[in-house]
Amino acid sequence: MAAPRFWREIPNRYNLIGTRCGNCNKVFFPPRYICPQCRRMGKLEPYKLSRRGKIVTYGVVHVAPEGFEDLVPYVLAIVELEDGPRLTTQVVDCDPNEIKIGDEVEMVFRRIGADREDGVIYYGFKFRKVE
Amino acid sequence: MRDVAIIGVGITKFGELWDLSFRQMIIEAGARALEDADIDGKQIDAMYIGNMSAGQFICQEHIASLIADHAGLAPIPSTRVEGACASGGLALRQAVISVASGVHDYVVAAGIEKMTDVMTEQATGALATAADQEWEVNAGATFPGLYALMARRHMYEFGTTEEQMAMVAVKNHNNACMNPCAQYHTRITVESVLKSPPVVLPLKLLDCSPITDGAACVIVAPAEKARKMDRVPVIVAGTGQASDTISLHSRQSLTGLMATTRAADMAYKMARVGPEDIDVAEVHDCFTIAEIMAIEDLGFCKKGEGGKLTEEGQTEIGGKIPVNTSGGLKGKGHPVGATGIAQVVEIVHQLRGDAGKRQVKGAEIGLTHNVGGTGGTAVVHIFKRGD
Ligand SMILES: [Zn+2]
Repeated sequence: MAAPRFWREIPNRYNLIGTRCGNCNKVFFPPRYICPQCRRMGKLEPYKLSRRGKIVTYGVVHVAPEGFEDLVPYVLAIVELEDGPRLTTQVVDCDPNEIKIGDEVEMVFRRIGADREDGVIYYGFKFRKVE
Repeated sequence: MRDVAIIGVGITKFGELWDLSFRQMIIEAGARALEDADIDGKQIDAMYIGNMSAGQFICQEHIASLIADHAGLAPIPSTRVEGACASGGLALRQAVISVASGVHDYVVAAGIEKMTDVMTEQATGALATAADQEWEVNAGATFPGLYALMARRHMYEFGTTEEQMAMVAVKNHNNACMNPCAQYHTRITVESVLKSPPVVLPLKLLDCSPITDGAACVIVAPAEKARKMDRVPVIVAGTGQASDTISLHSRQSLTGLMATTRAADMAYKMARVGPEDIDVAEVHDCFTIAEIMAIEDLGFCKKGEGGKLTEEGQTEIGGKIPVNTSGGLKGKGHPVGATGIAQVVEIVHQLRGDAGKRQVKGAEIGLTHNVGGTGGTAVVHIFKRGD
């Protein structure tokens, strides 16, 4: 991914900054720039989300896409944050056999990938189980 | 709006067609469709071409013009239509609308994808561009990964089993064995699916549709003209299309595709039929779980009972609702842009009664269901014998 494309979403990726509609209070992550409900009446502003949530569903990746090969097998999951929004993420620091739907997880700040071996390193969120 | 019919169909062999180029494939499918319709290429008024990503697969954009050119049909209007794996279905819908509106009389709706000129990893990467690059792919998701997330949730909510998913693959391979143009002519067993290498668990290799080269073409015309021709006319009785969030995580339900339900409602209403009236269906089984969700979303059974319907053999030829008699994406192959048109080719054969060994006896009403991505796009068409 080109550096500027990643860079411009750093606040969202590093700190789980989404958006909230000032009209209906609905919270969005990944951020939306128009509220589907309120349309022109909506007023979207940045909103920092809670770092905790629950696993809604998961899969165990054995055939990884380019750049993720070293991580297999890894857990890919959809997590529902306490504020409501859901996101796609990896669940790390765990035995993939011990993951269950409903497990409580928290955000951790991790290396996501890199532009080639000697290129820019991208950081962002992954999740781990709360013991 | 005028009634619209399919008057000709053509398809290439599906598989790794290393000796055929993109342009050879589309010309082959097109020539067969024209021959089948018994009309001359000069009668064609316009073309709609479904293609997901010639840019990524063969580094060639602007393919609508390329195809009109090599078909010898320039200067007719030729338009590429893109909706990931639903590109073919969308091309048909555009062709149908253009004939129904009276703008054109004879229109080509074709689909093509040449996927094997790149390495498998590149092809997988190209397909993943149909998911949200920023918020899904960037987290390490692939298409099998996203469908695995739906599969796990379906298992959790409804008790669907990996065996039931395997049965979808077994059935579709059996059907593909009876289809000369299918990529695979090999039977598989539930056990071999369960023991195939893990891709993204719970999905294994044999739960996944393959990477395929292929092209398919149908000729769309006003029904009144079709009725004057010698052969059984196949009427496009209903068309429906819907969109949904591109990201799976933004959806309320992870166990069905809202876009499918919406597109199906639209098509059923227009055709004035319901799911119980459908005799044969081609559905988008890019993964085995996708067929289970599709037969639920299309109303062939209640939500959550797709695995059971499959296990009972009701979706086999001879069952209550035969699904993917062609072999589906799993057995026939899945050249993404061609898939939506290839489905129509099968349904036309079924309704004409010339589907050979895989014929569903007395089929009068058929349905096609084509999905883009994880369900960001869905297209449903309903066809009726017009005699
Ligand atoms: Zn709002």
